[in-house]
Amino acid sequence: MSDALDGGSIHMVDGVLLVGIHEDVTDTDIMGLQDRLADRVASERAQGVVIDISALEIVDTFVGRVIAQLANIARLLDAQTFLVGMRPAVAMTLVELGMHLPETRTALSLTHAMERLRSNSG
Amino acid sequence: MTGSATSSTLAILDEDFDAVLNSWLSTQGNEGLTRSDLFSDDEGRAHTAALLKAFAQGVRDGVTGEDFDLKGDAWIDLRSVLSEITRERVRIGVEATDMAAFVQALKSTLFTRLRQRLSDQPEKLIDEVWLITRVVDAFALYTTEIFIAEREQVIDRQRIEMLELSTPVVELWDRVLTLPLIGTLDSVRAQDVMENLLEAIVRERAEMVIVDITGVQTVDTQVAQHLLRTASAVRLMGAECIISGISPKIAQTMVQLGVDVGNVSTRSTIRSAFNEALDRLGYGIVRHSNV
Repeated sequence: MSDALDGGSIHMVDGVLLVGIHEDVTDTDIMGLQDRLADRVASERAQGVVIDISALEIVDTFVGRVIAQLANIARLLDAQTFLVGMRPAVAMTLVELGMHLPETRTALSLTHAMERLRSNSG
Repeated sequence: MTGSATSSTLAILDEDFDAVLNSWLSTQGNEGLTRSDLFSDDEGRAHTAALLKAFAQGVRDGVTGEDFDLKGDAWIDLRSVLSEITRERVRIGVEATDMAAFVQALKSTLFTRLRQRLSDQPEKLIDEVWLITRVVDAFALYTTEIFIAEREQVIDRQRIEMLELSTPVVELWDRVLTLPLIGTLDSVRAQDVMENLLEAIVRERAEMVIVDITGVQTVDTQVAQHLLRTASAVRLMGAECIISGISPKIAQTMVQLGVDVGNVSTRSTIRSAFNEALDRLGYGIVRHSNV
């Protein structure tokens, strides 16, 4: 099951929801993505959520905050959440903006996040 | 031309060029400016002769009435000869004061001759001495300016070289990187360090990063902020950061400054940080025999 509307795609793989954010995501898109993610985490009882932002080259405070919110929503719905694939420039910008996302778990890539999800659930 | 403010000086330079040159050279010698360790006497002589020639040219064309403009066209020879000599001497390590003294040594040579020539015209003597003083001083100042500009270029180049040299990211083990910081950490360098490190994390697919500050002399609030930002960015990339090499003194300073390291791991030595990193990745170092 998947849907690929504007802003990002959400795929269910082995009980884990993979969220890919598109490069040309707009502010409205990303709000819609939040809605869709929340619905699907709840309805499909996802154990884990992996948000892949490797396509994002530029972030501002708004996108930074929404990403943190995406992760927090999934966490509140009892899914282990990882943010993966952040680019160096994006990491530097977020830190520069003072957005350290202290509550979000991060991993280098999708593979790393999946490994950790497996080892935690197994 | 006899009425001009520099007529006597020009006459001296025309008639007695070699004598003035020799006298200038010997004054340099007396003041210990010949520096035979850095350049030969012949070189010094060639430099001095070229300068004196350009100086005579400048005084002839460039001084009108009481005024002169060292930046004007008439002084172009003098400026180019002077810059060339200064550049050469900076390179071989002559000091700025020596360069200025070298130029100033021309005064005593000229003044002695002016006094002889104008002994019966004290007012004219004073006028010429005053004018020549101003020219030579301006000319010494110009030397110093070139000298400083040259030095600044050297400093800039060295700073860039240092930046390149001082941010190596080293792979210690599979997925373990270390960044040994040395010296001071200003904003420009901190940015550079962070960029290098984050790119290395992507390239090496590293999961643990040890930032070692054993070689950092002082940690103030700004440096601490930079370190913590780097640690935050590393974490956002999905790797973990350990700051090692925190000396007892730096630990005290950080606490006194109220720096909160939050959830960044800190270790006193790079050894224990490395051990921790291996441990988290599931490795351990085991002694394989009882040697």
